[in-house]
Amino acid sequence: MEDMKDILLEYVIEEYLEDEDEEITYDTPLISGGIVDSFSMVSLKRFVENKYKISIPDDKATPEAFDTVESIVELVKKYIN
Amino acid sequence: MSNMGYYEDRVRNFDWSIAENELEYKDGDVINIGWYCTDRICEIGKADKMALIWEGHGDMQKTYTFDELRIATNTIGAFLREIGIENGDRVCLFMDKIPELYIGFLGALKIGAIAQPLFSAFGDESLHVRLDNAETKAIITQKGHVSKVRKILDQMPYVKHIIIVDYDGRKPLREREIAFSMDKAERVENLEIFPSKAETPSVLHYTSGTTGQPKGVKHVHYSIISQYLTTKWVLDLLDDDIYWCTADPGWVTGTSYGIIGPWSLGATQCVLDTGFSAESWYKFIEKHRVTVWYSAPTAIRSLMRAGDEVVKQHDLSSLRHLASVGEPLNAEAVIWSEKVFGKPFQDNYWQTETGSIMISNYPGMKVKPGSMGKPFPGITATVLNPKTYEPWEESGKIGLIAFKPGWPAMLRTYWRNEQTFKTKFKNGWYISGDRARIDKDGYFWFVGRDDDVINTGGHLVSPFEVESALLEHEAVAESAVVAKPDEINMEVVKAFVHLNPGYEASPELELKIMNFIRKKLSPLAMPQEIEYVDSLPKTRSGKIMRRLLHAKEWGEEIGDTSTLEDDE
Repeated sequence: MEDMKDILLEYVIEEYLEDEDEEITYDTPLISGGIVDSFSMVSLKRFVENKYKISIPDDKATPEAFDTVESIVELVKKYIN
Repeated sequence: MSNMGYYEDRVRNFDWSIAENELEYKDGDVINIGWYCTDRICEIGKADKMALIWEGHGDMQKTYTFDELRIATNTIGAFLREIGIENGDRVCLFMDKIPELYIGFLGALKIGAIAQPLFSAFGDESLHVRLDNAETKAIITQKGHVSKVRKILDQMPYVKHIIIVDYDGRKPLREREIAFSMDKAERVENLEIFPSKAETPSVLHYTSGTTGQPKGVKHVHYSIISQYLTTKWVLDLLDDDIYWCTADPGWVTGTSYGIIGPWSLGATQCVLDTGFSAESWYKFIEKHRVTVWYSAPTAIRSLMRAGDEVVKQHDLSSLRHLASVGEPLNAEAVIWSEKVFGKPFQDNYWQTETGSIMISNYPGMKVKPGSMGKPFPGITATVLNPKTYEPWEESGKIGLIAFKPGWPAMLRTYWRNEQTFKTKFKNGWYISGDRARIDKDGYFWFVGRDDDVINTGGHLVSPFEVESALLEHEAVAESAVVAKPDEINMEVVKAFVHLNPGYEASPELELKIMNFIRKKLSPLAMPQEIEYVDSLPKTRSGKIMRRLLHAKEWGEEIGDTSTLEDDE
């Protein structure tokens, strides 16, 4: 799962982080921290679905579930299995 | 009794001089919004009253009394003047909801500059087209957003200054960049306020329309007359209220009712500059004992989705009045808010162009869940027969929402686009572009847009702007963009895409195209779904028939297809 965390973290840095000096970790709040807004969350969801060949129901893709890399990994794990 | 009192009495006895008298303004006087929102409040004895309680990421908090707000706006105003900003120059505010955004807005107005707030999530192309139209002279921004400005700077010779309010010295400043720290700048106790008059331009807000080119809606200092009175009567602000407007000042609600309205009344307001979560919002209301809450249907529906349990975990008993704007508030959300908060969210309707609330539910007036309410006193509103531009005589008929021009906050023109401005008026009415019906009791009921513009989460997105941007992606040969229904945002952007030879439809390509638009335009404009098609429906003259795709998405009748290039 470390791999998944790193992949996700790298993707978030690459795609959503505007401030190149800002450092984020696995538990940095993404949605509540204003790094990923609710509209952009759709693209982040699409990324994990494509990457891990899963489908996350819309009612499970909540701002809370997508708030940190850690919480996204937890969510993805449920659907991989 | 509310500030409004009895609606019918107000309608009968209305005159905008009510607001003029309360603000001690007489025709021909100097009227400067920046001064009214700060200096005047201090002069009437509220200098020590709290003006702003701000919270950011990581529990950061800042507070400003009205006197501190007065000095801070003087300070940034003096700084702008010192670097050469003159009255009439456009100053763009491109920031998150940090105190400098609010202070910079009023500081620019104090020196007679035109404030041009832009949503900080805009991508470089959205930013460029708006700065280009306004020929903006200075941009006030943060280091987190400056990279987008740098990307387009070469194309903007008119931009003379990029002011970074949180520069930390870690990397050198680049061409045209200046650091300005509100905390370190020398306080300016007295500033010569620009003697603006009623028709002096104040704010330039951009809105999307039926063309690819966004329109700069020009407002004037006299708009404060409408904004003051609608805040007082619709939002019902009292002297001891704690007010929270959740809107971003990158959009008009965030300036008309997140800056001008409440501060011209001397009200205390709170700002939460973090992303959305039900828990953090309720915590914020509980912590600051918010009494009046002005939000948007998208947020309310997101709170509904988060459930009732999280509401019960917080003491929200301070709330006494709730209002909503942005898109129609569905009846379920009104009923839900009554159930969980003990009071309904009261919907109201207005636009960037109107500058202030036009149709609303009012404290003390019967709420019909799902209705926009009734026209604000002094506003003549109707629905017009779309063929004759005459008001429908019978109730229940669907028509174009229209207003008799002349209210104080009405737009004065579209910046450098007088021709489009003129098309907004027909038969002596201002045409809103939205459709509604009026019931027999005089309540307005929203029906939808009268054009292809997409209302997503209360923000307008031009399908033409998205289509143009899509064509810049190497894989896209042709596209059509329409609204798709969405439970939370009412509508979201959907794109139908025909690919260039050599590109294969795949989920990975879909994500690449989505991100391309998100970065170029904004997250709001990003298609939430892309459907690959072999061809797009067109008229025989080659025009894409967007309405067919729209009808398909909404499960509506397709209607006349006799002009289709290919009916099969």
